[in-house]
Amino acid sequence: MSENIGKIIGINGNLLTVEFEKPVTQNEVAYAMRGDLRLKSEVIRVRGRHAELQVFEETTGLREGDAVVFTGELLSVELGPGLLGQVFDGLQNPLPKLAEKCGFFLQPGVYLDALPRDRRWAFTPIAKVGQVVRPGDTLGTVPEGIFSHRIMVPFALSKERNWTVDSVAMAGEYAVEDVIARLRNERNETVDVRLVQRWPVKIPIRAYEERLRPTEPLVTQIRIIDTMFPVARGGTYCIPGPFGAGKTVLQQLTSRYADVDIVVIAACGERAGEVVETLREFPELQDPRTGRTLMERTLIVCNTSSMPVAAREASVYTAVTIAEYYRQMGLNVLLLADSTSRWAQALREMSGRLEEIPGEEAFPAYLESVIAAFYERAGLVRLYDGSMGSVTIGGTVSPAGGNFEEPVTQSTLKVVGAFHGLSRERSDQRRYPAIHPLESWSKYESIVPAEQVALARGVLFRGNDVSQMMKVVGEEGTSIEDFVTYLKAEYLDAVYLQQDAYHPVDAATPPTRQRYVFDRIVRILKTKMSFESRDAARRFFQRLTQVTKDWNRSEWESGEFREIEGRINKMVAEVADYA
Amino acid sequence: MHKVYHRIERIAGNVITVHATGVGYRELAQVTSPRGTSLAQVIRIEGGRVDLQVFAGSRGISTDSQVRFLGHTMQVPFSDALLGRIFTGSGQPRDGGPAIYENLIEIGGPSVNPAKRIIPRNMVRTGIPMIDVFNTLVESQKLPIFSVAGEPYNPLLARIALQAEVDLIILGGMGLKYDDYLFFRDTLEKEGALSRSIMFIHTAADPVVECLLVPDISLAVAEQFALQNRRVLVLLTDMTNFCDALKEIAITMEQIPSNRGYPGDLYSQLARRYEKAVDFDTAGSITVLAVTTMPGDDVTHPVPDNTGYITEGQFYLRNGRIEPFGSLSRLKQLVNARTREDHRTIMNTMIQLYASYKETLEKQAMGFRMSQWDRKLLKYGQLFEERMMDLRVNIPLERALDLGWEILAECFEPEETAIPTRLIEKFWPRQRAEIETASAQPATVGT
Repeated sequence: MSENIGKIIGINGNLLTVEFEKPVTQNEVAYAMRGDLRLKSEVIRVRGRHAELQVFEETTGLREGDAVVFTGELLSVELGPGLLGQVFDGLQNPLPKLAEKCGFFLQPGVYLDALPRDRRWAFTPIAKVGQVVRPGDTLGTVPEGIFSHRIMVPFALSKERNWTVDSVAMAGEYAVEDVIARLRNERNETVDVRLVQRWPVKIPIRAYEERLRPTEPLVTQIRIIDTMFPVARGGTYCIPGPFGAGKTVLQQLTSRYADVDIVVIAACGERAGEVVETLREFPELQDPRTGRTLMERTLIVCNTSSMPVAAREASVYTAVTIAEYYRQMGLNVLLLADSTSRWAQALREMSGRLEEIPGEEAFPAYLESVIAAFYERAGLVRLYDGSMGSVTIGGTVSPAGGNFEEPVTQSTLKVVGAFHGLSRERSDQRRYPAIHPLESWSKYESIVPAEQVALARGVLFRGNDVSQMMKVVGEEGTSIEDFVTYLKAEYLDAVYLQQDAYHPVDAATPPTRQRYVFDRIVRILKTKMSFESRDAARRFFQRLTQVTKDWNRSEWESGEFREIEGRINKMVAEVADYA
Repeated sequence: MHKVYHRIERIAGNVITVHATGVGYRELAQVTSPRGTSLAQVIRIEGGRVDLQVFAGSRGISTDSQVRFLGHTMQVPFSDALLGRIFTGSGQPRDGGPAIYENLIEIGGPSVNPAKRIIPRNMVRTGIPMIDVFNTLVESQKLPIFSVAGEPYNPLLARIALQAEVDLIILGGMGLKYDDYLFFRDTLEKEGALSRSIMFIHTAADPVVECLLVPDISLAVAEQFALQNRRVLVLLTDMTNFCDALKEIAITMEQIPSNRGYPGDLYSQLARRYEKAVDFDTAGSITVLAVTTMPGDDVTHPVPDNTGYITEGQFYLRNGRIEPFGSLSRLKQLVNARTREDHRTIMNTMIQLYASYKETLEKQAMGFRMSQWDRKLLKYGQLFEERMMDLRVNIPLERALDLGWEILAECFEPEETAIPTRLIEKFWPRQRAEIETASAQPATVGT
């Protein structure tokens, strides 16, 4: 096999112009040679005899005339047992291993195996010799932590061929590169199947029977989300917000408490410190559902803001491909991408270097379709064996200036099923989570009855109207009924929509408790109340708010919980107007 | 190897173009013209044409000036001999002392492996209640001070530098007024801190390209000291000048601007610098405080906006005070659980009530009748501004928390504050007399 080698003729930031002789493929991986170092890059445009490549590393020190080796393969990731619990960079290099090898800094040109080669896995065969199989069918399983990891027929095999199992390995211990099965098609071509397979990141895995509409709620234990703006398994949602409004805290809480099997965190172009928190804390935290550490169900793909920008673009695709892989095992996977704006900016940087005609705010014209294609990789699917798997995608958006009228937010809103808009106003008032209760929306079904949600939303809207009106006519110009509506809206906000992320009990509210408490609060909202004066009404609601907040902080169904509930009932009964 | 080129094809802005082969990206070159010698750096290679940005500017460069490529990228010396010294943006002595050539390190090196970082855990005490109580500064944090021109941001920066417990201070000045440079030098000298400081100063009168080098050079030196187990505080003022220099070069290079003329990679450029702030596993740390002036007091301007998304919060300096709204320390939650049990509650309650005070002020301005509750809020707001927000207040955290309780107790009944009952029982000052004696004590000077 003769190598396809080109020559660098131009360098502009991380964009190389390379002169080539033999055929090259769009999006194929190539290596720019800097002395002994091989810098990974990807072909992103071809013009005549010149290919333009984005380099996933710093280009400092590359020289004109240096060689570029084309590989003919698309940018791919390794899929197999041993992915969970790992921390990868955007190109699937395991970062802790890299630290062992290179020390404190990320040295360019060092690429390690994503999956440990020496670790052995206990393989149990399922497929029988002679069985006809399709790409995605299970050949056997290995245990990976709490999951039974399916070893599947490689997705890359052609669907048109009839593949039969020629041989399958006996139960036993195998390393990821050991052959565990051999498949044969009608043309008598054979393929060896190993525990590990490769898949190009920019192409969705489609080895399933059908895609279904997401209906089942994905419980996050964050009250304002589950009750007011729910997310569905296999659905998509976005969290746009200005800086400092709490996007990342919200993502971290979700990664901790969400009711899914696996969480893939794509830390894309954000702060390294935030990844470190997850990295250092998750191995210590217990997953209440399994009793194991949270890290065993978590996988981090991080390309933080100071890491090379082209790899940032790759990182979201790496993450979603891994999420799809676990979905193929009938698991529910949640992909949290923080932040999709950084990814869009990476596209913009490359587009600028390519001197493409810019769209709005210099983002490339294809921004919208790229974002849509990414979110479309979420979904609830029925696999060939009848089991269901899902990928839910939640992406944060960091709009410039906190203004939602910008291209990334707008393109995202078109394709997601729920919108959790964070507002600066609420975060300034320390009303966390700062999801705006009037502007946000969700197309999915809530865990509480719809009519209760409608009632609560009604109170919020009317309360807001009254508060706007009060700014004009003053408190004295507001009727006491309207004033009480305003206080009720504030009460609902303070005791239910707001949640203390740092309190051991209040941080996560399970669905049973949400249903119970919300029902109680809706009843309070419905209660007609009479007060002598506005000051008396305000004092009452201040007291009620404090007691209800204490209630939120008490253990579910404890003596304290019951006792405080009794106090609340008594307080409300005292002001209720039964006339 | 070091070929000399004599034919400069293009001179535009601070960028010159020569025809050269075998040149490395970001390589340095020496440009010699009748006016003198300057360093220049390769910023683009395109089919044999090499663009270089000239540190001293292109003024006086002729088409036959000499360009000699040096075969390496920008380097800076690193040793303890740097302490107490003042340099220019390209690393030349500014204080009349000898040039240093030992132990050269490359600037703008690769970023730290996230796996080698640790969660920051040490509070940096400043003695300023608006920072210590409400937005605690944490070792290894990167935090800008957002402000408009004319605010006392440089004195604030100097004060934090002097009061913070760190081993080493590195000051990077970009587009600094000469007076401000002298102010920093004199203040550090007067307080006896110059011997643990290193300054890289680009003043407004110096060539603009040198401004671009200041953050890289300061942070590269800081990184080396941090690897030697030292806690380094890097002060950068003013990052908006740095961004404007980036813009200038980008426009000269005919890049497509993204937002108000700034290049599309502004975020990545800023992030590459700010992310040098680090707490190393088994070594020292770098904390970065950077002034970002906001043109027109507009926080949505691309510079403060991109900065805010990168840094771990921001201090908002307005009317000589650190504004409680808008100011944020993202890392405060990592340390304020271990200071005192009432810290978080005081922090949240006082801000929530201050927000209500602001609403009441609006109502008052529109001439509405003030309810009993409004009058309480008005009193509270005034006390809060006088006793807490004033930048002259200089007290340790614990005293500031006590002060918070006193202000609350002077204005409100306990249940009006929505503070958890448990804390009320423990901390709420019981009697007015108790408060009076406590507030009669003079404010003590913090560490």
